Amino acid sequence: MTQTEWDRDAVTEVIEQKKSMPGALLPILHGIQDRIGFIPEDAVPQIAKALNLSRAEVHGVISFYHYFRTTPPGRRTIHLCRAESCQAMNSEALEAHIKARLGIGYHETTADGAFSLEPVYCLGNCACSPSMMIDHEVHGRVTPQSFDAIINELKEIAA
Amino acid sequence: MITVYVPRDSSALGLGAERVANAIQMEAAKRGIAINLVRNGSRGLYWLEPLVEVATPAGRIAYGPVQAGEVAGLFDAGFLEGKPHTLCQGPTEEMPYLKNQERLTFARVGITDPVSLDDYLAHDGYRGLRNALAMEPAAIVEEVTASGLRGRGGAAFPTGIKWRTVLNTPAKHQSAGQPIGTRNAPEGGSAKDALPEKYIVCNADEGDSGTFSDRMIMEGDPFVLIEGMTIAGLAVGATQGYIYLRVEYPHAEVALNQAIEAALKAGYLGNDILGSGKRFHLEVRLGAGAYVCGEETALLESLEGKRGMVRFKPPLPAIEGLFGQPTVINNVISLASVPIILDKGGKYYADYGMGRSRGTLPLQLAGNVKRPGLIEKAFGMTLRELLYDYGGGSANGRPIRAVQVGGPLGSYMPESQFDTPLDYEAFSAIWAVLGHGGVVVFDDTVDLARMARYAMEFCAIESCGKCTPCRIGSTRGVEVIDRIIGDQDRAKNLALLRDLGDTMLNGSLCALGGMTPYPVLSALNHFPEDFGEKSVAQVA
Repeated sequence: MTQTEWDRDAVTEVIEQKKSMPGALLPILHGIQDRIGFIPEDAVPQIAKALNLSRAEVHGVISFYHYFRTTPPGRRTIHLCRAESCQAMNSEALEAHIKARLGIGYHETTADGAFSLEPVYCLGNCACSPSMMIDHEVHGRVTPQSFDAIINELKEIAA
Repeated sequence: MITVYVPRDSSALGLGAERVANAIQMEAAKRGIAINLVRNGSRGLYWLEPLVEVATPAGRIAYGPVQAGEVAGLFDAGFLEGKPHTLCQGPTEEMPYLKNQERLTFARVGITDPVSLDDYLAHDGYRGLRNALAMEPAAIVEEVTASGLRGRGGAAFPTGIKWRTVLNTPAKHQSAGQPIGTRNAPEGGSAKDALPEKYIVCNADEGDSGTFSDRMIMEGDPFVLIEGMTIAGLAVGATQGYIYLRVEYPHAEVALNQAIEAALKAGYLGNDILGSGKRFHLEVRLGAGAYVCGEETALLESLEGKRGMVRFKPPLPAIEGLFGQPTVINNVISLASVPIILDKGGKYYADYGMGRSRGTLPLQLAGNVKRPGLIEKAFGMTLRELLYDYGGGSANGRPIRAVQVGGPLGSYMPESQFDTPLDYEAFSAIWAVLGHGGVVVFDDTVDLARMARYAMEFCAIESCGKCTPCRIGSTRGVEVIDRIIGDQDRAKNLALLRDLGDTMLNGSLCALGGMTPYPVLSALNHFPEDFGEKSVAQVA
């Protein structure tokens, strides 16, 4: 299996910048994911060395948190809320529509690399359920129709 | 110049507030009208978002819900002078939903520019801190104790008692070898870790479904949280604060950092707070999508850079918390309620409420409800008043069949319990949970067996894995409920589910495993017909 190419300089820069913070590991992992979109498995030894931790400890932290990912995401990541308030507003039908429309399930990326789909347990947008977040933008009162409109618009921007 | 308000609250943005703000700017420019556009927090009347307000000589006039395409029409109708339009809601402060509230903690949210320190000061901001600076630490703690404030994150532990413990516990020099605080430090450690200091940690990992009051405060009035944490620092002798914010709240992160920077620049944070010689620094740290990190000890582990594994208690965080030091860890709303207590006195705050639940609770009404939003009231209003007087019933007009109060670990409550007053003790008396004040409404199409299954599934996904009842019990719980739904050995599996609930309730290390039986067994007790049993009415 070939390893995914990633920007080693960016990772080094993040580590150097943040390693002196108390409890530096999460800030470093966020920094890396913000810069290159994911946390490459083969960056683990470098992170571990900088923080005087074992590789197992770093791996354990990465795998514990749902937000951290070890594979490159699509160009945009859709976080769809699965929690109770959204369920009360028919999010299960929306979920079925989104999966069918994109042709992927949770934790997957579309073949053209445009979208990744992740579940999320509450976006704090419960007064406007059902909700989703695309990258850092929240969308409320989402319907299958409004989802399609948002996706089409994003595709046009990308094209 | 006319001032126009368009919220920067993330729920309003999620409904198109940014486009509305841009459309208003463009339309005003096109017409050659100079306006002052303020991006405020949300008033919490979410069915009207994006809610645009205009400042007129007769007060602020509200229009909503506004979409970008309607902006030109609003200009034509003369909304800048507060003139009528189909979207006009009249004077904002006169709307019954808002007028009947008792906003203490949320006094400024939706009114001010959240990141303007001047605006904060002009609306009674930092009066609490000024009082606190003239007081002895023990007197500050005493004021908070007198207010009767209890932890708003859900556990309802008296805040003053927690603070007193931290005040009376000295920070300790870490022992040689590998002290907890330096485990993640770079090779050789750093000088900062060697200094013993106490911490104020704000739990802003608001993960409960149906809750958004923390988010509204952080996006809509971040200074009140900063002030509350600074006062907490003065009260217990802590010099460093962390806000552990969930990564799902990017707009809150921006607002908090803008406000922290402004407070630092003006001397409200830093090494010499308002010339008092007192020191307090504040930093925002991001979580990474783990619900269990809302549990205080898991949160501390996460802040230390580790997996969010729940710790055994004792020791309490107040004695050995972050990096092994005495730590105050409080929810956003608890800390944001401190400034008004120090401004107006503990008694003023304690005069609101009922029984042992003193002060106000910002309730969050969500799910299938006509008028969802934020309602801050003194404890004691009934659930029914909240659901119908404020909420107006379900969104689609169908009967409300169940509500879940207190997040995913709270009980499902049937109509027969809607007259329960919103009060910690009244809720525990009927095996329900008031928690962080989130209320999720379901209409009569809800299947409570499926909701019970979801509660177990959620627990399985989010369990930290440290204790067996939670880690294994949740997965077994999903399987047992699947068999009940599939009508396999129903009676036997129902008995098994109750037995499992008992094990999780009594044997789990923290509230995640320990309270998952609340939604599961309350669903079974109040809605047995969804599990293939006789209904409560049939049994009676």
